[in-house]
Amino acid sequence: MVKLLSRSPCADLLPCTVGTITMSEVLLDRVMSVAPFAGQAKPTSAALKDQIGLGLSAPGRAVSNRRARVVWAGQRMWLVAADVSLDGLAAVTDQSDAWAILRIEGEGVEDVLARLVPIDLRASTFKGGHTARTMLGHMSVGITRVGAQAFEFMAMRSMAATLVHDLQVAAENIAAR
Amino acid sequence: MRITCPNCGERDRREFYYQGDALALTRPAPDAGPHAWDDYLHNRDNPAGDTQDLWFHEAGCGAWIVVNRNTVTHAIDDTRLAATVKR
Amino acid sequence: MRLQDPQSTVSFTFDGRRYRGVPGEPVAAALLAAGVRLVARSFKYHRPRGIMSAGSEEQNALVTVGRGPQAEPNVRATVLEVSEGLEVFSQNAWPSLKHDAMAVNDLMSPFLGAGFYYKTFMWPKPFWEKLYEPVIRRAAGLGGLSGKANQDRYEKAFAFCDVLIIGAGPAGLMAALTAGRAGADVILADEDTAMGGRLLREVEDVDGQPGPDWAAETIAALSAMDNVRLMTRTTVTGAYDQGTYGALERIAGLRRAGKPLECFWRIVAKRSILCAGALERPIAFPNNDRPGIMMASAVRSYVNRWGVAPGKAVTIFGNNDDAHRTARDLVAAGVKVAALVDCRDDVQVDGDFPVYTGAQVVATKGRRALERITISHAGGTRDIRTDCLAMSGGWNPTVHLTCQMNGRPTWQADIASFVPTPGNVPGMVTAGACNGAFSTAACLKEGAEVAAEVATGLGLKPKVTVPSADDSAYRISPLWAVPGQGRKWIDFQNDVHVKDIKLAAQENFRSVEHMKRYTTQGMAPDQGKSSNVVALAVLADATGRGIPETGTTTFRPPFVPVSIAAMGAGSQGKGFAPERLTTSHCASVARGAPMIEAGLWYRPSYFPQQGETHWRQSCDREVRYVRNAVGVCDVSTLGKIDIQGPGAAALLDFVYTNTFSTLKVGRTRYGLMLREDGHVMDDGTTARLGEQHYVMTTTTAAAAQVMRHLEFTLQVLRPDLNARIMSVTEQWAQFAVAGPRSRDLLNSVLDDQIVDADWPFMACGAVDVAGVQGRLFRISFSGEHAYELAVPARYGDSLFRLLTAQAESYGGGAYGMEALNVLRIEKGFTTHAEIHGRTTAFDIGMDRMISRKKDCIGRTAAARPGLIDDDREQLVGLKAVGAVKQLTAGAHLFAQDAAPERVNGQGYTTSVAYSPTLQTGLALGFLKRGSARHGEVLRMVDHLRQIEAMVEVCDPVFFDPEGGRARG
Repeated sequence: MVKLLSRSPCADLLPCTVGTITMSEVLLDRVMSVAPFAGQAKPTSAALKDQIGLGLSAPGRAVSNRRARVVWAGQRMWLVAADVSLDGLAAVTDQSDAWAILRIEGEGVEDVLARLVPIDLRASTFKGGHTARTMLGHMSVGITRVGAQAFEFMAMRSMAATLVHDLQVAAENIAAR
Repeated sequence: MRITCPNCGERDRREFYYQGDALALTRPAPDAGPHAWDDYLHNRDNPAGDTQDLWFHEAGCGAWIVVNRNTVTHAIDDTRLAATVKR
Repeated sequence: MRLQDPQSTVSFTFDGRRYRGVPGEPVAAALLAAGVRLVARSFKYHRPRGIMSAGSEEQNALVTVGRGPQAEPNVRATVLEVSEGLEVFSQNAWPSLKHDAMAVNDLMSPFLGAGFYYKTFMWPKPFWEKLYEPVIRRAAGLGGLSGKANQDRYEKAFAFCDVLIIGAGPAGLMAALTAGRAGADVILADEDTAMGGRLLREVEDVDGQPGPDWAAETIAALSAMDNVRLMTRTTVTGAYDQGTYGALERIAGLRRAGKPLECFWRIVAKRSILCAGALERPIAFPNNDRPGIMMASAVRSYVNRWGVAPGKAVTIFGNNDDAHRTARDLVAAGVKVAALVDCRDDVQVDGDFPVYTGAQVVATKGRRALERITISHAGGTRDIRTDCLAMSGGWNPTVHLTCQMNGRPTWQADIASFVPTPGNVPGMVTAGACNGAFSTAACLKEGAEVAAEVATGLGLKPKVTVPSADDSAYRISPLWAVPGQGRKWIDFQNDVHVKDIKLAAQENFRSVEHMKRYTTQGMAPDQGKSSNVVALAVLADATGRGIPETGTTTFRPPFVPVSIAAMGAGSQGKGFAPERLTTSHCASVARGAPMIEAGLWYRPSYFPQQGETHWRQSCDREVRYVRNAVGVCDVSTLGKIDIQGPGAAALLDFVYTNTFSTLKVGRTRYGLMLREDGHVMDDGTTARLGEQHYVMTTTTAAAAQVMRHLEFTLQVLRPDLNARIMSVTEQWAQFAVAGPRSRDLLNSVLDDQIVDADWPFMACGAVDVAGVQGRLFRISFSGEHAYELAVPARYGDSLFRLLTAQAESYGGGAYGMEALNVLRIEKGFTTHAEIHGRTTAFDIGMDRMISRKKDCIGRTAAARPGLIDDDREQLVGLKAVGAVKQLTAGAHLFAQDAAPERVNGQGYTTSVAYSPTLQTGLALGFLKRGSARHGEVLRMVDHLRQIEAMVEVCDPVFFDPEGGRARG
């Protein structure tokens, strides 16, 4: 009996270190998109709270506990890192394989990201648990601050190589200064 | 140029796709007649001053946004989610 | 000549000769220290030119740095920092700077004035492009590019702050100190290598200590603040909407491989304070362009800041008190002052040097550099031996950024210059010399006060303390051009002199914008920074108007030249666009498949096998796989959009011309999508997975457009529809399995066998693939019995390898884009080659797919008479007739006996292929009244490639028109 083998989006690409910056792949077993139907945001949030202990986060925010994470992902859209059942409340799609998730951290990480990301990432405005849908170079991404000097990017799986490449070049340029 | 997305706050213009005049908010009925459809499809004012148009936060949250801006001063007075705007 | 021995020096070369310089000082300072005065040839007349300024406004001393692909032309020697091993070259001179053959232009100058080209080379017209322009471009010009790809790195970056302070002279430093202490997030940007502005270049005390010391102390205080970011070598180049500013940073330190040279910043600031200072302007007197004639403030900069004397016997010529400090500083530094010449009568100057008041410089001499000047004085003239003339026509506030959003500056008579008009740039205020406040005390005070206002506006509580400093008045009496004979240069960089401007006025180019274009004044890389005010004063005089009425030309960004490399940083090579790779990418590349770009995606063209020497061989073989056995193709690049909700069916009915609410669960239907103007936007299949759950496929090319279109429909047109959409393109790896053996192949990998009775044509549903949950669609883009099998993307690589290996065991294998294209052309299936944006449902023979029972996007417009006219070009098949070498896409169709000219055009081809199945060349195309002309023989002419062929019109479905193979 043949078995299909699993391959992660950033296999062969990560981890890597450039100067003070380290990049690694984040593997989440389950990621579901949750888009509540008209008027169902509150019941959806309540149902999620029952199931995973977290409700829908505010726009621009990510919340997590030991079991799961809920990341706001756009207009009427959240990504939930857990199995959820929300029949009739929200449109749910399996996104477990759709995203390349990359953690980048280290001293000067904000300087590296300033080369690529057109939003204000200063610690005073983009705090821990803040998330945004924006761009990295020419790519559409989600970015979440996960530490004082650590961020997580979600990019389209097919663009994993470009994601790593662009961040590497930016980090090299900073390191060369 | 920076546009305030009602979901995301102020963002660089590069994140947005420009559609054009916000008259798409009032699509004519199928039987509205050729003049109404001609106006809807083709005819646009070109005001020196206040204008209302539609932008899509394509590289952001995916919201369609109604933007009120001034073509002379470039000031943006107001932005709202198209999904909830009164029409 | 150096005034002190430097502590350490490095060596660099200029035109191959070795010189020593102090690290970090401008090349101009090192060249002056070495006694080099001739450094460039002028743009048009190739006149010898030297160093004129000590900043980014330099007009003459443009040089090329480096060689080969790394060569960077038109770098200002006054900004370029000396570093070990730096190679600098002069430009616009041949064979050498000293003996420049093109200097003959200067002898011809009486014939080469403004408008010369327009008048002389009017006609014959074709000569302009072929002869005149190339010759003129060679003769006139600046540095050149190598034409080779430059591998140097550049950067782009974003920054955000509460307050952007532009310029770190006394006003900027005080503003930063005040705003920073109040707690604002501050960026202080200055284009110099060190902050301090003229405090570093003048001999003045601030708070009882020397200016440079006070500046250093202040910078140290600012560095200690977390909320203040100091950016040296950073020129703010443009002011844009909503508080966005462009800035160019020259990255400090040695040039070396892998290190970026420049960074182009986009700075977003809630407020900005312009403290850009002022630029000294020249005086137009005869032959005022000889090497050795420079700005008085530049002379002081070289003496006071870099310890370099630009001459052995310096003369000063000015119309204002500020010029006098030049003499004072030179004397203090031990440099001989040959004379001080002031055009004003009522001035008092004390000093141990000759002073001529009410005097003017009327002539200069010296072949490659200044040797003597003649002045008019007390009714006579007098010759003075001098190798350096420091001139000052007064100061122009640097108002540029305030005018870049279409504002105009305001004339201020007491300083004889323009000052910013408040409110020109929303959020920007001005302070210090750029505001017309010229004394150090005034700069410090304005900087502090303006910053306090800004901080208060941000809700902070600033404190204002202003240090004491020199507060002497700036007295000036305007002097633009000295009367008399000879060329009096105004725009040194573009070789424009007083007579050119007068000629423009005389020939009725009286508007300042017309004068600029007629003379080219202000159009050089320096954009007339030093020359504009003088030029329009001369124009005002020539036209009998005042300066305010004459007005200024339009100021546009950038303030200093920004290299395209910096603006396009990161977009070379792999940075040009994201690469989207399918999960089968590695396996395809390993099989030697050449990849082609499809939008951002990379897809395999074909999979070559040993012995195949031409792509057609591979392609034909792969087509035969599908027609005779089974082929496997990665189709993951097609857009996949998940649609759910009570309104999902209604949404599909509204965006597709045909009906999807009637589609059964577990079935798939082809859909046609129109734009609101009635033309075809996209097509694809949509599967109904549940009562309120569909998954739509789009073409690869239109995936993003369709997603935007669906969001537009849901959010703008029909917010009443309760449906949600989400792209699942990336979630699924999807493979076409096509051919008579496709079911057998599937049954070798699926956990449960499938049979045709349960899986008829257009069925869809869940399956298990080697233990993994997947989706199966029985759809066909090849016309064969075929399926598309999808699994979560993590298994894509593994499944592709498995499917291709199995296919090979059935006498088939992987197929690429070339074969896919042949297969679909044989079946007359359209792609964006056919639905290219100008075709309607009627044109492609699908007008019956527009349901009459419901409204949909594009339905009303598609019914317009012009879009359903029988005369329109309609989709047809075209078969090669006789001995045809090649059919080509984009060729035009003509009646056999008609001349192949535009007026006789009957249509065009869109897709072509050689069909190994039918063993003939096929094409799809559009032909006037095409559906009624089957059987007609036409002439296909490709004018570009010079290919002709005879083709027979037929139904676009060449192969298996009944469709039995796909359904069976």
